[in-house]
Amino acid sequence: MFYREAGDFKTSYTDDSQTFPIKFDRYRYYVVLVLAFAVVPFVINDYWVNAVFLPFLIYSIAAIGLNILVGYCGQVSLGTGGFMAVGAYAVYKLMVAFPEVSIFFHVILAGGITAGVCVLFGLPSLRIKGFYLAVATLAAQFFLVWIFNRVGWFYNYSASGQINAPERTVFGVPVTGAETAPWAAYIFCLVFVVASAIIARNLTRGMAGRKWMAIRDMDIAAEIIGVNPLKAKLSAFAVSGFFVGLSGALFFAVYLGAVEVGEAFGINKSFLVLFMVIIGGLGSIFGSFAGAAFLVLLPVLLKNTLVGGLGWPTDLAAHLEFMIVGGLIIIFLIAEPHGLAQLWRVAKEKLRLWPFPH
Amino acid sequence: MPEQFIWGMEVFLNGLMAGVLYALVALGFVLIFKASGIFNFAQGVLALFAALTLVGIMEGQVPFSHLINAVFGTDVHYFGWNVPALGAILLTMVVMVALAWAVNQFIFRHLVGQEPIILFMATIGLAYFLEGFGDMMWGSDIKKLDVGLPQGINSAIDEVTYNIFGYGFFIDNLDLWATLVAALLVIALVLFAQFSKHGRAMRAVADDHQAALSVGISLKFIWVMVWSLAGFVALVAGIMWGTKSGVQFSLSLIALKALPVLMLGGFTSIPGAIVGGLIIGVGEKLFEFLIGAPYLGGATEIWFAYVLALVFLVFRPQGLFGEKIIERV
Repeated sequence: MFYREAGDFKTSYTDDSQTFPIKFDRYRYYVVLVLAFAVVPFVINDYWVNAVFLPFLIYSIAAIGLNILVGYCGQVSLGTGGFMAVGAYAVYKLMVAFPEVSIFFHVILAGGITAGVCVLFGLPSLRIKGFYLAVATLAAQFFLVWIFNRVGWFYNYSASGQINAPERTVFGVPVTGAETAPWAAYIFCLVFVVASAIIARNLTRGMAGRKWMAIRDMDIAAEIIGVNPLKAKLSAFAVSGFFVGLSGALFFAVYLGAVEVGEAFGINKSFLVLFMVIIGGLGSIFGSFAGAAFLVLLPVLLKNTLVGGLGWPTDLAAHLEFMIVGGLIIIFLIAEPHGLAQLWRVAKEKLRLWPFPH
Repeated sequence: MPEQFIWGMEVFLNGLMAGVLYALVALGFVLIFKASGIFNFAQGVLALFAALTLVGIMEGQVPFSHLINAVFGTDVHYFGWNVPALGAILLTMVVMVALAWAVNQFIFRHLVGQEPIILFMATIGLAYFLEGFGDMMWGSDIKKLDVGLPQGINSAIDEVTYNIFGYGFFIDNLDLWATLVAALLVIALVLFAQFSKHGRAMRAVADDHQAALSVGISLKFIWVMVWSLAGFVALVAGIMWGTKSGVQFSLSLIALKALPVLMLGGFTSIPGAIVGGLIIGVGEKLFEFLIGAPYLGGATEIWFAYVLALVFLVFRPQGLFGEKIIERV
């Protein structure tokens, strides 16, 4: 009944190759956009923004970035936390150094700087593969966190070693600092999320994405049919780094406001984003959103039911969360290696024929 | 002789012994990787879990007491008995074998034939699960582990070196013991793998799963055995590290330290794990002593091993002793 392509005639190539070829899907997408931009900002309060919406939006960008690298190009990276830290410190230095420039450009520039750093650490991927590369990216994780901890220039020699986001405005409305209204922070992040998703979607279905997927499926074969592995791998690292840097910048400037690098961008952050990508679905933009939503909502739900509802101590709930997340990873890998995105695809197939499957 | 040089020698010796402990963890990785092609990220958490279980059994802790208390409103914590170290080690080994069986039965049996990277991610999931499970079973507070290993400065070495150099080296007794145990363990493992029936079967499985099956080797048995062996190595590593710095969460991070060791030595080689461990142990201590602490602000040990391994891999992608990587289309 839903998702029917019957009667939806495509008369041009543009029609045929659009992101949402089915009419129902297209309208659903518009509805979601309208809801996100025109309804949610008016109804959310501080708790919802800080507990659910901001982490969800920011992790979505990080997950999209990592998904491009791991899901599309097949280069497993455990350095996401370190690269997010690059974005955060880049935006901090830019915000402090050029207060008259809009923070909008600072965030984008921070993404660009992260892309550069990411390419640098991606260089070994030309020689080493698989696990070796996964472990090699850990070098980036530890090295970057260490350097942000030790080199005073990065945190402007502040006594605590922390970085604090000064207040910056967009069109006169503060989006960072203590005065930020919940809706302003939300909209600011949402703009970046939507833009990232559209860019990522179009990159991955174009020539760049096909090259990445060829490298992922078998890099030697890809090389033989004419894909330049140097360009393909490094471009994947660059694009991935750009998105991860964006999310790191937003994570620091808009969401946390003050950051201690080891705590906010430690190895656990790398794993968290990797888990989002696995649970959501490797090689799917929608999956990045699904995985981020899932892993942001799960702890909130668990905390509310166990600690708030049953009165358990918080540390017990935290242990249970570890067990559930670990268990889910394993279950997903066994039952559905393509994650929530695949479940969604199957559901759509079923809904096409529902309620008359024969 | 200049003082700097003598201190350097002390640092070198300490690094050598830290390296042995890294090698001990790395061994567990190599064992599982050789036999089943699984890169077991959970090895460090296995060590933590083993140490937690050992302490819990020795002190007669009630498993899941925290959970039981929260659900039923009771207040139980201890059985009220203490188990001697040797008995507790044996009991912990039983738990580790049971765990090996469960891991194989519920996880990796269902993932046979999947890509290695999927298996790797499954072990990350396992690491998370075990971390929560261990904490839930035994509580997450820092525990002291004492199985009767001697600790503190070794006075004999202190005296001898004082007589020679006029400066006594600080060598921990525990490190000496760890070196001894690790050396014995490696010899035992090599002998087991080379000459025993099950060891041969293990190598056969590592070589080719299907060929091994066709000559009547039970894959299931071998995998459970390998995971049990890895559990045993984890237990030994857990005892050593746990005695040294207390049983706590950071114990599971030693696995991260073992990764560059593996990369350096090659994933498939037991001697590689040892040599890699020694190079990393000595390298990071000397680097910190010579360059890190004076010029870079210290704490370079966190990343030095990774960067060393990374640079090394660019020139020799299969590690020092790894099998040559041959790729075909």
